[in-house]
Amino acid sequence: MRRIALAFFITIMTAASSFSEVVKPSEIVFEDGAVMESLTAQLGDPVNGRKIFMNRKQGNCLACHMNSEMLDQSFHGEVGPVLDGVADRWEKHELRGMLVNSKMMFEGTIMPAFYRDSGYSRNLKKFVGKTILSAQQVEDVLSYLLTLKEN
Amino acid sequence: MNLWKLLMASTITLAASFAAANEDAKLSIEGLDIPVRVSVQSHTPEIDEVRSGWTFRKSETQDLQRDDFDNPAFVFVDQGIDLFDKIDGTAGKSCSSCHSDMNSFKGLRASMPRIANGQIETMEDLVNGCRTERMGAESWKWSSKNMTAVTALIGLESRGMPIKVKMDGDAAEFWEKGKDVYYARVGQLDMSCANCHEENYGNMIRADHLSQGQINGFPTYRLKNAKLNSIHARFKGCMKNIRATPYKEGGPEFRALELYLASRGNGLSVETPSVRN
Ligand code: HEC
Ligand code: HEC
Repeated sequence: MRRIALAFFITIMTAASSFSEVVKPSEIVFEDGAVMESLTAQLGDPVNGRKIFMNRKQGNCLACHMNSEMLDQSFHGEVGPVLDGVADRWEKHELRGMLVNSKMMFEGTIMPAFYRDSGYSRNLKKFVGKTILSAQQVEDVLSYLLTLKEN
Repeated sequence: MNLWKLLMASTITLAASFAAANEDAKLSIEGLDIPVRVSVQSHTPEIDEVRSGWTFRKSETQDLQRDDFDNPAFVFVDQGIDLFDKIDGTAGKSCSSCHSDMNSFKGLRASMPRIANGQIETMEDLVNGCRTERMGAESWKWSSKNMTAVTALIGLESRGMPIKVKMDGDAAEFWEKGKDVYYARVGQLDMSCANCHEENYGNMIRADHLSQGQINGFPTYRLKNAKLNSIHARFKGCMKNIRATPYKEGGPEFRALELYLASRGNGLSVETPSVRN
Protein backbone atom coordinates (compact mmCIF):
# COMPACT_ATOMS: atom_id res chain seq x y z
CA MET A 1 0.00 0.00 0.00
CA ARG A 2 2.76 2.37 0.92
CA ARG A 3 4.59 1.48 -2.27
CA ILE A 4 1.52 2.28 -4.34
CA ALA A 5 1.02 5.57 -2.56
CA LEU A 6 4.62 6.50 -3.16
CA ALA A 7 4.43 5.59 -6.84
CA PHE A 8 1.27 7.65 -7.13
CA PHE A 9 2.96 10.62 -5.48
CA ILE A 10 5.91 10.40 -7.84
CA THR A 11 3.62 10.22 -10.88
CA ILE A 12 1.81 13.36 -9.78
CA MET A 13 5.07 15.18 -9.16
CA THR A 14 6.53 14.33 -12.56
CA ALA A 15 3.28 15.19 -14.32
CA ALA A 16 3.18 18.52 -12.51
CA SER A 17 6.77 19.36 -13.30
CA SER A 18 6.50 18.46 -16.98
CA PHE A 19 3.37 20.62 -17.22
CA SER A 20 5.05 23.65 -15.82
CA GLU A 21 7.97 23.21 -18.20
CA VAL A 22 5.88 23.44 -21.36
CA VAL A 23 5.08 26.92 -22.58
CA LYS A 24 1.41 27.18 -23.50
CA PRO A 25 0.48 28.74 -26.87
CA SER A 26 -1.15 31.67 -25.07
CA GLU A 27 2.04 32.36 -23.08
CA ILE A 28 4.34 32.71 -26.06
CA VAL A 29 6.17 35.98 -26.50
CA PHE A 30 7.31 37.00 -29.98
CA GLU A 31 10.20 39.34 -30.66
CA ASP A 32 10.12 40.45 -34.30
CA GLY A 33 8.56 37.13 -35.20
CA ALA A 34 11.13 35.12 -33.24
CA VAL A 35 10.62 33.08 -30.06
CA MET A 36 13.71 33.22 -27.83
CA GLU A 37 12.92 30.58 -25.20
CA SER A 38 12.56 26.86 -25.80
CA LEU A 39 8.96 25.63 -25.49
CA THR A 40 10.04 22.65 -23.37
CA ALA A 41 12.72 21.70 -20.90
CA GLN A 42 13.73 18.71 -22.98
CA LEU A 43 16.16 19.03 -25.87
CA GLY A 44 14.77 18.64 -29.36
CA ASP A 45 15.27 15.31 -31.14
CA PRO A 46 16.32 15.86 -34.77
CA VAL A 47 15.62 12.27 -35.78
CA ASN A 48 12.03 12.53 -34.62
CA GLY A 49 11.85 16.03 -36.10
CA ARG A 50 12.73 14.64 -39.51
CA LYS A 51 9.83 12.17 -39.27
CA ILE A 52 7.40 14.91 -38.25
CA PHE A 53 8.62 17.03 -41.19
CA MET A 54 7.53 14.41 -43.72
CA ASN A 55 4.50 12.95 -41.92
CA ARG A 56 1.31 13.99 -43.71
CA LYS A 57 -0.70 14.06 -40.49
CA GLN A 58 1.89 16.00 -38.48
CA GLY A 59 4.16 18.73 -39.88
CA ASN A 60 3.68 17.77 -43.53
CA CYS A 61 6.28 20.45 -44.25
CA LEU A 62 7.25 18.52 -47.38
CA ALA A 63 3.81 19.34 -48.82
CA CYS A 64 5.03 22.87 -49.45
CA HIS A 65 8.83 22.74 -49.15
CA MET A 66 11.39 21.00 -51.30
CA ASN A 67 14.20 19.55 -49.16
CA SER A 68 17.20 17.86 -50.83
CA GLU A 69 18.15 16.10 -47.61
CA MET A 70 14.97 14.02 -48.07
CA LEU A 71 15.20 12.80 -51.63
CA ASP A 72 14.25 9.34 -50.35
CA GLN A 73 10.75 10.81 -50.14
CA SER A 74 8.84 11.47 -53.34
CA PHE A 75 6.65 14.52 -53.96
CA HIS A 76 8.25 17.65 -52.58
CA GLY A 77 6.05 20.72 -52.65
CA GLU A 78 6.67 24.01 -54.46
CA VAL A 79 4.46 26.34 -52.44
CA GLY A 80 7.18 27.58 -50.06
CA PRO A 81 10.93 28.21 -50.42
CA VAL A 82 13.39 25.32 -50.79
CA LEU A 83 14.66 24.56 -47.28
CA ASP A 84 18.19 23.50 -48.26
CA GLY A 85 20.64 25.37 -46.04
CA VAL A 86 17.85 27.05 -44.11
CA ALA A 87 19.94 27.01 -40.90
CA ASP A 88 22.54 29.18 -42.64
CA ARG A 89 19.91 31.82 -43.37
CA TRP A 90 18.01 31.97 -40.07
CA GLU A 91 18.79 31.96 -36.37
CA LYS A 92 17.39 29.26 -34.12
CA HIS A 93 14.91 31.55 -32.39
CA GLU A 94 13.69 32.91 -35.71
CA LEU A 95 13.01 29.40 -36.98
CA ARG A 96 11.17 28.61 -33.73
CA GLY A 97 9.01 31.69 -34.24
CA MET A 98 8.16 30.56 -37.81
CA LEU A 99 7.12 27.15 -36.57
CA VAL A 100 5.00 28.51 -33.74
CA ASN A 101 3.22 31.07 -35.92
CA SER A 102 4.80 32.02 -39.23
CA LYS A 103 2.32 34.88 -39.66
CA MET A 104 4.29 36.82 -37.05
CA MET A 105 7.27 36.72 -39.43
CA PHE A 106 5.61 36.61 -42.88
CA GLU A 107 2.44 38.62 -42.99
CA GLY A 108 -0.43 36.86 -44.76
CA THR A 109 1.56 33.70 -45.44
CA ILE A 110 -0.16 30.45 -46.44
CA MET A 111 2.10 28.54 -44.00
CA PRO A 112 0.04 27.25 -41.05
CA ALA A 113 0.84 28.15 -37.44
CA PHE A 114 1.94 24.90 -35.83
CA TYR A 115 1.67 25.97 -32.20
CA ARG A 116 -1.43 28.08 -31.89
CA ASP A 117 -4.67 26.82 -30.36
CA SER A 118 -7.16 29.65 -30.79
CA GLY A 119 -8.29 32.40 -33.13
CA TYR A 120 -9.42 30.03 -35.90
CA SER A 121 -12.62 30.33 -37.87
CA ARG A 122 -14.81 27.25 -38.59
CA ASN A 123 -12.17 24.95 -37.13
CA LEU A 124 -13.21 21.28 -37.28
CA LYS A 125 -14.62 20.21 -33.92
CA LYS A 126 -11.90 17.67 -33.26
CA PHE A 127 -9.18 20.31 -33.59
CA VAL A 128 -10.82 23.01 -31.47
CA GLY A 129 -8.46 24.16 -28.71
CA LYS A 130 -5.64 22.06 -30.17
CA THR A 131 -2.32 22.91 -31.79
CA ILE A 132 -1.14 21.13 -34.97
CA LEU A 133 2.10 20.07 -33.25
CA SER A 134 2.89 19.69 -29.55
CA ALA A 135 5.54 21.87 -27.91
CA GLN A 136 7.99 18.98 -27.98
CA GLN A 137 7.26 18.25 -31.64
CA VAL A 138 8.01 21.90 -32.48
CA GLU A 139 11.35 21.64 -30.67
CA ASP A 140 12.06 18.36 -32.49
CA VAL A 141 11.37 19.87 -35.93
CA LEU A 142 13.44 22.89 -34.95
CA SER A 143 16.42 20.74 -34.04
CA TYR A 144 16.05 18.97 -37.39
CA LEU A 145 15.93 22.27 -39.31
CA LEU A 146 19.17 23.29 -37.57
CA THR A 147 20.88 20.36 -39.29
CA LEU A 148 20.01 21.78 -42.75
CA LYS A 149 23.30 23.54 -43.47
CA GLU A 150 25.20 23.97 -46.69
CA ASN A 151 28.27 25.79 -45.49
CA MET B 1 26.40 14.85 -53.25
CA ASN B 2 27.06 11.13 -52.86
CA LEU B 3 26.08 8.52 -55.39
CA TRP B 4 22.94 7.51 -53.51
CA LYS B 5 21.66 11.05 -53.41
CA LEU B 6 22.51 11.51 -57.06
CA LEU B 7 20.54 8.40 -57.97
CA MET B 8 17.58 9.52 -55.87
CA ALA B 9 17.70 12.94 -57.43
CA SER B 10 17.51 11.55 -60.92
CA THR B 11 14.57 9.28 -60.04
CA ILE B 12 12.77 12.27 -58.61
CA THR B 13 13.39 14.29 -61.73
CA LEU B 14 12.11 11.36 -63.75
CA ALA B 15 9.05 10.99 -61.55
CA ALA B 16 8.45 14.71 -61.83
CA SER B 17 8.57 14.62 -65.59
CA PHE B 18 6.01 11.82 -65.61
CA ALA B 19 3.89 13.69 -63.12
CA ALA B 20 4.10 16.93 -65.03
CA ALA B 21 0.97 18.08 -66.75
CA ASN B 22 1.01 18.68 -70.40
CA GLU B 23 0.12 22.27 -69.71
CA ASP B 24 0.12 23.44 -73.30
CA ALA B 25 -2.02 20.59 -74.59
CA LYS B 26 -5.09 21.38 -76.65
CA LEU B 27 -8.45 19.81 -75.91
CA SER B 28 -10.60 18.45 -78.66
CA ILE B 29 -13.43 16.00 -78.00
CA GLU B 30 -15.36 14.24 -80.75
CA GLY B 31 -14.11 16.81 -83.26
CA LEU B 32 -15.15 19.74 -81.09
CA ASP B 33 -12.35 22.15 -80.14
CA ILE B 34 -12.66 23.32 -76.55
CA PRO B 35 -10.62 26.35 -75.49
CA VAL B 36 -8.92 25.61 -72.16
CA ARG B 37 -7.28 29.01 -71.67
CA VAL B 38 -8.86 32.43 -71.91
CA SER B 39 -7.61 35.87 -71.02
CA VAL B 40 -8.04 37.43 -67.61
CA GLN B 41 -11.22 39.35 -66.99
CA SER B 42 -11.70 42.58 -65.09
CA HIS B 43 -12.88 40.71 -61.98
CA THR B 44 -9.93 38.26 -61.88
CA PRO B 45 -6.90 40.55 -62.22
CA GLU B 46 -4.86 38.52 -59.71
CA ILE B 47 -4.24 35.68 -62.15
CA ASP B 48 -2.28 35.60 -65.40
CA GLU B 49 -4.74 33.62 -67.45
CA VAL B 50 -8.00 31.78 -66.77
CA ARG B 51 -7.27 28.07 -67.18
CA SER B 52 -9.30 24.91 -67.11
CA GLY B 53 -8.35 22.33 -64.48
CA TRP B 54 -7.74 19.98 -67.42
CA THR B 55 -4.52 21.84 -68.30
CA PHE B 56 -3.03 20.91 -64.92
CA ARG B 57 -3.66 17.19 -65.17
CA LYS B 58 -1.19 14.53 -66.31
CA SER B 59 -1.37 13.60 -69.95
CA GLU B 60 -2.89 10.16 -69.18
CA THR B 61 -5.72 11.85 -67.27
CA GLN B 62 -6.09 14.45 -70.01
CA ASP B 63 -6.44 11.69 -72.60
CA LEU B 64 -9.35 10.12 -70.74
CA GLN B 65 -11.33 13.30 -71.31
CA ARG B 66 -10.46 13.51 -75.00
CA ASP B 67 -12.58 10.56 -75.98
CA ASP B 68 -16.08 9.86 -74.67
CA PHE B 69 -15.44 6.15 -75.09
CA ASP B 70 -12.50 6.33 -72.67
CA ASN B 71 -14.12 8.83 -70.32
CA PRO B 72 -15.36 6.82 -67.30
CA ALA B 73 -17.98 9.50 -66.58
CA PHE B 74 -20.02 8.22 -69.51
CA VAL B 75 -21.01 5.09 -67.60
CA PHE B 76 -22.87 7.48 -65.32
CA VAL B 77 -24.18 9.63 -68.14
CA ASP B 78 -25.75 6.45 -69.53
CA GLN B 79 -27.38 5.84 -66.17
CA GLY B 80 -28.59 9.44 -66.39
CA ILE B 81 -30.30 8.65 -69.69
CA ASP B 82 -32.15 5.74 -68.07
CA LEU B 83 -33.16 7.88 -65.10
CA PHE B 84 -34.31 10.62 -67.44
CA ASP B 85 -36.71 8.23 -69.13
CA LYS B 86 -37.86 6.49 -65.98
CA ILE B 87 -41.38 7.18 -64.72
CA ASP B 88 -41.30 8.12 -61.05
CA GLY B 89 -43.71 9.80 -58.60
CA THR B 90 -47.46 10.25 -58.23
CA ALA B 91 -47.97 12.07 -61.56
CA GLY B 92 -46.81 9.04 -63.55
CA LYS B 93 -44.23 11.04 -65.47
CA SER B 94 -40.57 10.89 -66.34
CA CYS B 95 -38.28 13.83 -67.16
CA SER B 96 -38.65 12.94 -70.85
CA SER B 97 -42.45 13.20 -70.63
CA CYS B 98 -41.94 16.97 -70.60
CA HIS B 99 -38.43 17.28 -72.10
CA SER B 100 -38.67 15.15 -75.21
CA ASP B 101 -35.78 16.95 -76.82
CA MET B 102 -32.49 17.04 -74.88
CA ASN B 103 -31.36 19.74 -77.30
CA SER B 104 -33.54 22.22 -75.46
CA PHE B 105 -30.99 22.14 -72.64
CA LYS B 106 -28.30 23.58 -74.89
CA GLY B 107 -26.64 26.51 -73.14
CA LEU B 108 -28.28 25.93 -69.78
CA ARG B 109 -25.15 24.71 -67.95
CA ALA B 110 -23.20 27.70 -69.29
CA SER B 111 -25.51 30.15 -67.51
CA MET B 112 -25.83 28.33 -64.18
CA PRO B 113 -26.16 29.17 -61.40
CA ARG B 114 -28.54 32.07 -61.97
CA ILE B 115 -30.94 34.21 -59.99
CA ALA B 116 -34.63 33.32 -59.86
CA ASN B 117 -37.13 35.03 -57.55
CA GLY B 118 -34.30 36.76 -55.72
CA GLN B 119 -32.51 33.50 -54.91
CA ILE B 120 -29.62 31.54 -56.41
CA GLU B 121 -30.92 28.73 -58.58
CA THR B 122 -28.59 25.81 -59.37
CA MET B 123 -28.90 22.85 -61.72
CA GLU B 124 -29.76 20.66 -58.73
CA ASP B 125 -32.68 22.98 -57.93
CA LEU B 126 -34.03 22.65 -61.47
CA VAL B 127 -33.89 18.85 -61.29
CA ASN B 128 -35.49 18.66 -57.87
CA GLY B 129 -38.05 21.31 -58.82
CA CYS B 130 -39.32 19.11 -61.66
CA ARG B 131 -39.24 16.02 -59.49
CA THR B 132 -41.21 17.40 -56.56
CA GLU B 133 -43.55 19.87 -58.34
CA ARG B 134 -44.24 18.23 -61.70
CA MET B 135 -43.64 14.53 -61.11
CA GLY B 136 -44.77 14.20 -57.51
CA ALA B 137 -41.50 12.36 -56.82
CA GLU B 138 -39.04 12.58 -53.95
CA SER B 139 -36.23 15.09 -54.28
CA TRP B 140 -32.75 13.73 -54.77
CA LYS B 141 -29.88 14.47 -52.39
CA TRP B 142 -27.47 17.13 -53.63
CA SER B 143 -24.51 14.89 -54.45
CA SER B 144 -26.32 11.59 -54.87
CA LYS B 145 -25.58 9.16 -57.67
CA ASN B 146 -28.90 9.91 -59.39
CA MET B 147 -28.50 13.67 -59.12
CA THR B 148 -24.94 13.78 -60.49
CA ALA B 149 -25.85 11.37 -63.30
CA VAL B 150 -28.70 13.61 -64.47
CA THR B 151 -26.85 16.92 -64.00
CA ALA B 152 -23.98 15.43 -66.03
CA LEU B 153 -26.40 14.43 -68.80
CA ILE B 154 -27.96 17.90 -68.92
CA GLY B 155 -24.57 19.63 -68.68
CA LEU B 156 -23.22 17.61 -71.59
CA GLU B 157 -25.70 19.36 -73.90
CA SER B 158 -23.73 22.59 -73.36
CA ARG B 159 -20.28 21.09 -73.82
CA GLY B 160 -17.94 23.47 -75.62
CA MET B 161 -20.16 26.50 -75.01
CA PRO B 162 -18.58 29.47 -73.20
CA ILE B 163 -19.53 29.96 -69.57
CA LYS B 164 -21.48 33.16 -69.22
CA VAL B 165 -22.70 33.51 -65.69
CA LYS B 166 -24.40 36.72 -64.69
CA MET B 167 -22.72 38.53 -61.84
CA ASP B 168 -24.26 42.00 -61.87
CA GLY B 169 -27.76 43.31 -61.17
CA ASP B 170 -29.72 40.99 -58.90
CA ALA B 171 -26.75 38.59 -58.81
CA ALA B 172 -24.37 41.20 -57.37
CA GLU B 173 -25.11 40.72 -53.67
CA PHE B 174 -24.69 36.93 -53.96
CA TRP B 175 -21.51 37.37 -55.97
CA GLU B 176 -20.05 39.59 -53.22
CA LYS B 177 -20.98 37.02 -50.61
CA GLY B 178 -19.34 34.24 -52.61
CA LYS B 179 -16.23 36.34 -52.97
CA ASP B 180 -16.08 36.75 -49.18
CA VAL B 181 -16.27 32.99 -48.74
CA TYR B 182 -13.52 32.52 -51.36
CA TYR B 183 -11.09 34.80 -49.54
CA ALA B 184 -11.97 33.83 -45.94
CA ARG B 185 -9.31 31.94 -43.99
CA VAL B 186 -10.81 28.90 -42.33
CA GLY B 187 -9.89 25.78 -40.40
CA GLN B 188 -6.90 24.86 -38.28
CA LEU B 189 -4.65 25.25 -41.34
CA ASP B 190 -6.10 28.76 -41.64
CA MET B 191 -6.24 28.93 -45.41
CA SER B 192 -8.58 30.40 -48.01
CA CYS B 193 -9.50 29.01 -51.41
CA ALA B 194 -7.38 31.83 -52.84
CA ASN B 195 -4.24 30.71 -50.96
CA CYS B 196 -4.14 27.54 -53.02
CA HIS B 197 -6.11 28.24 -56.20
CA GLU B 198 -5.22 31.87 -56.87
CA GLU B 199 -1.77 32.34 -55.31
CA ASN B 200 -0.38 28.87 -55.97
CA TYR B 201 -1.95 27.35 -59.05
CA GLY B 202 0.71 25.63 -61.10
CA ASN B 203 2.66 24.66 -57.97
CA MET B 204 2.87 21.18 -56.54
CA ILE B 205 1.46 20.73 -53.04
CA ARG B 206 2.99 17.37 -52.17
CA ALA B 207 1.68 15.03 -54.91
CA ASP B 208 -1.05 17.40 -56.12
CA HIS B 209 -0.64 19.87 -58.94
CA LEU B 210 -2.72 22.88 -57.93
CA SER B 211 -5.21 24.20 -60.46
CA GLN B 212 -7.32 27.35 -60.34
CA GLY B 213 -10.20 25.37 -58.84
CA GLN B 214 -12.49 26.11 -61.79
CA ILE B 215 -15.92 24.46 -61.92
CA ASN B 216 -16.53 24.38 -65.68
CA GLY B 217 -16.18 20.58 -65.85
CA PHE B 218 -18.63 19.54 -63.14
CA PRO B 219 -19.96 17.11 -62.25
CA THR B 220 -16.52 15.64 -62.61
CA TYR B 221 -15.39 12.02 -62.60
CA ARG B 222 -12.53 11.50 -60.15
CA LEU B 223 -10.15 8.57 -60.45
CA LYS B 224 -9.74 8.84 -56.70
CA ASN B 225 -13.32 7.82 -55.85
CA ALA B 226 -14.44 6.43 -59.22
CA LYS B 227 -17.69 8.36 -59.36
CA LEU B 228 -19.18 11.67 -60.41
CA ASN B 229 -18.60 14.49 -57.93
CA SER B 230 -20.79 17.54 -57.49
CA ILE B 231 -19.45 21.06 -57.18
CA HIS B 232 -20.51 21.36 -53.55
CA ALA B 233 -18.97 17.99 -52.67
CA ARG B 234 -15.64 19.28 -54.00
CA PHE B 235 -15.95 22.46 -51.92
CA LYS B 236 -16.64 20.29 -48.90
CA GLY B 237 -13.57 18.13 -49.59
CA CYS B 238 -11.25 21.12 -49.90
CA MET B 239 -12.60 22.60 -46.66
CA LYS B 240 -12.09 19.35 -44.77
CA ASN B 241 -8.54 19.14 -46.08
CA ILE B 242 -7.73 22.43 -44.40
CA ARG B 243 -9.43 21.15 -41.24
CA ALA B 244 -12.40 23.48 -41.59
CA THR B 245 -16.03 22.66 -40.84
CA PRO B 246 -17.59 22.63 -44.30
CA TYR B 247 -20.73 24.58 -45.10
CA LYS B 248 -23.82 22.56 -46.02
CA GLU B 249 -24.24 21.26 -49.56
CA GLY B 250 -27.04 23.33 -51.06
CA GLY B 251 -26.69 25.94 -48.31
CA PRO B 252 -26.45 29.71 -48.93
CA GLU B 253 -22.64 29.89 -48.57
CA PHE B 254 -21.89 27.16 -51.14
CA ARG B 255 -24.52 28.54 -53.52
CA ALA B 256 -22.86 31.96 -53.37
CA LEU B 257 -19.41 30.40 -53.72
CA GLU B 258 -20.61 28.44 -56.76
CA LEU B 259 -21.89 31.64 -58.39
CA TYR B 260 -18.65 33.47 -57.65
CA LEU B 261 -16.42 30.64 -58.90
CA ALA B 262 -18.52 30.14 -62.02
CA SER B 263 -17.99 33.83 -62.81
CA ARG B 264 -14.21 33.43 -62.41
CA GLY B 265 -14.48 30.86 -65.18
CA ASN B 266 -16.53 33.06 -67.52
CA GLY B 267 -15.22 32.54 -71.04
CA LEU B 268 -13.95 29.02 -70.37
CA SER B 269 -16.01 26.27 -71.97
CA VAL B 270 -18.36 23.81 -70.36
CA GLU B 271 -16.39 20.54 -70.10
CA THR B 272 -19.03 18.46 -68.37
CA PRO B 273 -18.36 15.64 -67.61
CA SER B 274 -14.63 16.17 -67.01
CA VAL B 275 -12.05 13.70 -65.67
CA ARG B 276 -9.75 14.53 -62.77
CA ASN B 277 -7.56 12.55 -60.39
C1 HEC C 1 0.92 25.25 -46.93
C2 HEC C 1 2.27 25.57 -47.16
C3 HEC C 1 3.34 25.42 -46.10
C4 HEC C 1 3.51 24.45 -45.15
C5 HEC C 1 2.63 23.24 -44.87
C6 HEC C 1 4.73 24.76 -44.47
N1 HEC C 1 5.28 25.90 -44.99
FE1 HEC C 1 7.03 26.78 -44.43
N2 HEC C 1 6.70 28.32 -45.72
C7 HEC C 1 5.68 28.39 -46.63
C8 HEC C 1 5.81 29.61 -47.39
C9 HEC C 1 4.89 30.07 -48.51
C10 HEC C 1 6.95 30.28 -46.89
C11 HEC C 1 7.52 31.63 -47.34
C12 HEC C 1 7.06 32.71 -46.41
C13 HEC C 1 6.06 33.61 -47.09
O1 HEC C 1 4.87 33.28 -47.10
O2 HEC C 1 6.48 34.62 -47.64
C14 HEC C 1 7.50 29.43 -45.86
C15 HEC C 1 8.66 29.72 -45.16
C16 HEC C 1 9.32 28.82 -44.33
C17 HEC C 1 10.66 29.00 -43.79
C18 HEC C 1 11.61 30.15 -44.13
C19 HEC C 1 12.37 29.67 -45.34
C20 HEC C 1 13.36 30.64 -45.93
O3 HEC C 1 14.28 30.18 -46.58
O4 HEC C 1 13.18 31.85 -45.76
C21 HEC C 1 10.91 27.89 -43.02
C22 HEC C 1 12.18 27.61 -42.24
C23 HEC C 1 9.75 27.04 -43.08
N3 HEC C 1 8.81 27.62 -43.90
C24 HEC C 1 9.64 25.81 -42.45
C25 HEC C 1 8.53 24.99 -42.46
C26 HEC C 1 8.38 23.79 -41.67
C27 HEC C 1 9.46 23.21 -40.80
C28 HEC C 1 7.12 23.32 -41.88
C29 HEC C 1 6.41 22.17 -41.23
C30 HEC C 1 6.46 22.01 -39.82
C31 HEC C 1 6.51 24.19 -42.87
N4 HEC C 1 7.39 25.20 -43.18
C32 HEC C 1 5.25 24.01 -43.41
C33 HEC C 1 4.67 27.46 -46.79
C34 HEC C 1 4.45 26.33 -45.98
C1 HEC D 1 -4.54 23.37 -49.24
C2 HEC D 1 -4.85 23.70 -50.58
C3 HEC D 1 -6.28 23.92 -51.01
C4 HEC D 1 -7.21 24.79 -50.53
C5 HEC D 1 -7.05 25.79 -49.40
C6 HEC D 1 -8.40 24.62 -51.33
N1 HEC D 1 -8.20 23.66 -52.28
FE1 HEC D 1 -9.44 23.19 -53.83
N2 HEC D 1 -8.13 21.78 -54.48
C7 HEC D 1 -6.90 21.50 -53.90
C8 HEC D 1 -6.26 20.44 -54.62
C9 HEC D 1 -4.88 19.83 -54.29
C10 HEC D 1 -7.14 20.07 -55.66
C11 HEC D 1 -6.92 19.00 -56.74
C12 HEC D 1 -6.01 19.52 -57.79
C13 HEC D 1 -6.57 20.78 -58.40
O1 HEC D 1 -7.46 20.73 -59.27
O2 HEC D 1 -6.16 21.88 -57.96
C14 HEC D 1 -8.30 20.95 -55.56
C15 HEC D 1 -9.37 20.95 -56.45
C16 HEC D 1 -10.42 21.84 -56.42
C17 HEC D 1 -11.47 21.90 -57.42
C18 HEC D 1 -11.61 21.01 -58.65
C19 HEC D 1 -11.01 21.65 -59.85
C20 HEC D 1 -11.19 20.83 -61.10
O3 HEC D 1 -10.65 21.24 -62.14
O4 HEC D 1 -11.84 19.79 -61.09
C21 HEC D 1 -12.31 22.90 -57.03
C22 HEC D 1 -13.57 23.36 -57.74
C23 HEC D 1 -11.78 23.47 -55.79
N3 HEC D 1 -10.64 22.81 -55.46
C24 HEC D 1 -12.35 24.51 -55.09
C25 HEC D 1 -11.88 24.97 -53.85
C26 HEC D 1 -12.59 25.93 -53.02
C27 HEC D 1 -13.91 26.56 -53.37
C28 HEC D 1 -11.84 26.13 -51.90
C29 HEC D 1 -12.16 26.92 -50.66
C30 HEC D 1 -13.34 26.58 -49.95
C31 HEC D 1 -10.65 25.33 -52.05
N4 HEC D 1 -10.72 24.63 -53.22
C32 HEC D 1 -9.59 25.32 -51.15
C33 HEC D 1 -6.33 22.17 -52.83
C34 HEC D 1 -6.93 23.19 -52.09
